[in-house]
Amino acid sequence: MNAISVKDVWKEYDGRVILENINLEIAPRAFVALVGPSGCGKTTFLRMLLSEERPDRGSITIARQPLPAEPGADRGVVFQRYSVFPHLTVLGNVVLGLELKAAPLLGRLFGSSRRAAEDEARGMLAAVGLAGSEEKYPAQLSGGMQQRLALAQALIAKPKVLLLDEPFGALDPGIRAEIHVLMQKLWHERPLTVVMVTHDLSEAFSLGTRVIAFERRRNEPSDGGRYGATITRDFAVWPKRIAGEPRPPKKKSMPGRDDPVPLTGPLRDDPALQGDAP
Amino acid sequence: MRLINRRPAPGVARLLALVPFVLVMVAYLIGSGIRLSENPSDKLLPSFASFAAAIDRMAFQVDQRTGDILLLVDTEASLYRLFAALAIAVAIGLVLGIVIGLLPYFRAGLGSFVAVVSMVPPLALLPILFITMGLGEASKIALIVIGVAPCLVRDVALRVGDLPPQQSIKAQTLGASTWQIVLRVVLPQTLPRLIDSLRLQIGPAWLFLIAAEAIASESGLGYRIFLVRRYLAMDVILPYVAWITLLAFLMDRALAILQRRAFPWFEAARASG
Repeated sequence: MNAISVKDVWKEYDGRVILENINLEIAPRAFVALVGPSGCGKTTFLRMLLSEERPDRGSITIARQPLPAEPGADRGVVFQRYSVFPHLTVLGNVVLGLELKAAPLLGRLFGSSRRAAEDEARGMLAAVGLAGSEEKYPAQLSGGMQQRLALAQALIAKPKVLLLDEPFGALDPGIRAEIHVLMQKLWHERPLTVVMVTHDLSEAFSLGTRVIAFERRRNEPSDGGRYGATITRDFAVWPKRIAGEPRPPKKKSMPGRDDPVPLTGPLRDDPALQGDAP
Repeated sequence: MRLINRRPAPGVARLLALVPFVLVMVAYLIGSGIRLSENPSDKLLPSFASFAAAIDRMAFQVDQRTGDILLLVDTEASLYRLFAALAIAVAIGLVLGIVIGLLPYFRAGLGSFVAVVSMVPPLALLPILFITMGLGEASKIALIVIGVAPCLVRDVALRVGDLPPQQSIKAQTLGASTWQIVLRVVLPQTLPRLIDSLRLQIGPAWLFLIAAEAIASESGLGYRIFLVRRYLAMDVILPYVAWITLLAFLMDRALAILQRRAFPWFEAARASG
């Protein structure tokens, strides 16, 4: 299926080695969190998975196919900023993915096909908790809602692999916890392999099935940049998270600082979370 | 309180905006009064009564020789040249600007060429235009296009380059082709920015228009000013200058309103960008 295989990948910029000797097998439906200090090349690695950069050595395959030379609809992405288009409404941002697929010449749909696309987009917006904001522009949304929109926009194209580049890094802790719950729900419900770059360890462990740390083994000024970062830690998160089999939430008397708000009671204001807790 | 922290009340602010206009007016009236008291037939600073007479003659009376209302004919001729030239320049600016800003092959091929061309002084090309295109409308329109279009091209290319690279990646992950990215992502975000740079180019466009009309023309606002200059007819020239200023100012305001109405997302997106 959509397994990702990274073999012996190196990347250099201007003679400085950024990544060296990266070997990684990512199982289908995994949720991999990449962590590491700033400048350790985790975003560079994600950009290679996006085909925004090419490895200098080694190969990357998805579902045993070599990675295409440019970004495509098989891999969705959410960035920390600038993920959504400021000139389109919330609905327009999500419909766009369907329009681009269906109308190669004009990139727009009209009449009944447009209404069908809008209905599908409204369903996706409801799933991420943005029902009722369809006609707003992204600049009118809070940071958390913009990232929800970015998720809806990426998922409407039905990617096999979802790449997240510090998607929740700029959000307040409470908002971040809510969007974590949403992210888990979306991952359980859809056939996605997720690779997420983050610098927040607790986020990595509370979302991922596997946490991978990038680090430079040597980082002396005298090395002249000839040693890059590589994978130094590879944890399987325990107890195991299995895609499509959400665990019941832990029973706790008081939620922690970064925990989701309680799913019942007066604090529950997240329209995305209907029915059972994920 | 420090001066930087003192703010006028809204009414006071409006009054302050009027002050420089009133001051200029008063200075003119004083100067005109002094000169006219020394020599009642002085032509340099005519009185408001002679302005009124000249405006009436140019704008409300039919000219005896041609049978036209001169101000109307002049305005029509000038605006036709100006709008035709601006339309052509905008089309060139959009197409070349987007192509240069978005496509690396075209940026490599055309970027420095446009940068060099935009440094050619357009008025130095005017004789060439008159020689090759004749003295008709084409050469005047061409002069304005040559003066305005390179700036628009460069500005649009810069604005396209300023779009966050994440947007292009995002569009590609939604399956967009280059053409679809132009149509749905780049063009709609470029248009409001194009209006900004068009507003800045209105001044130069009028400059080139009046220069072309002054040198060889049979109608137009610039033609009239330079024609009546021979008779020291300040009573005609000054109202014409005021009229041209008003037209340019109205075009500027109209573009600002168009930008706000047609692109309601732009103000907030620019503030949060």
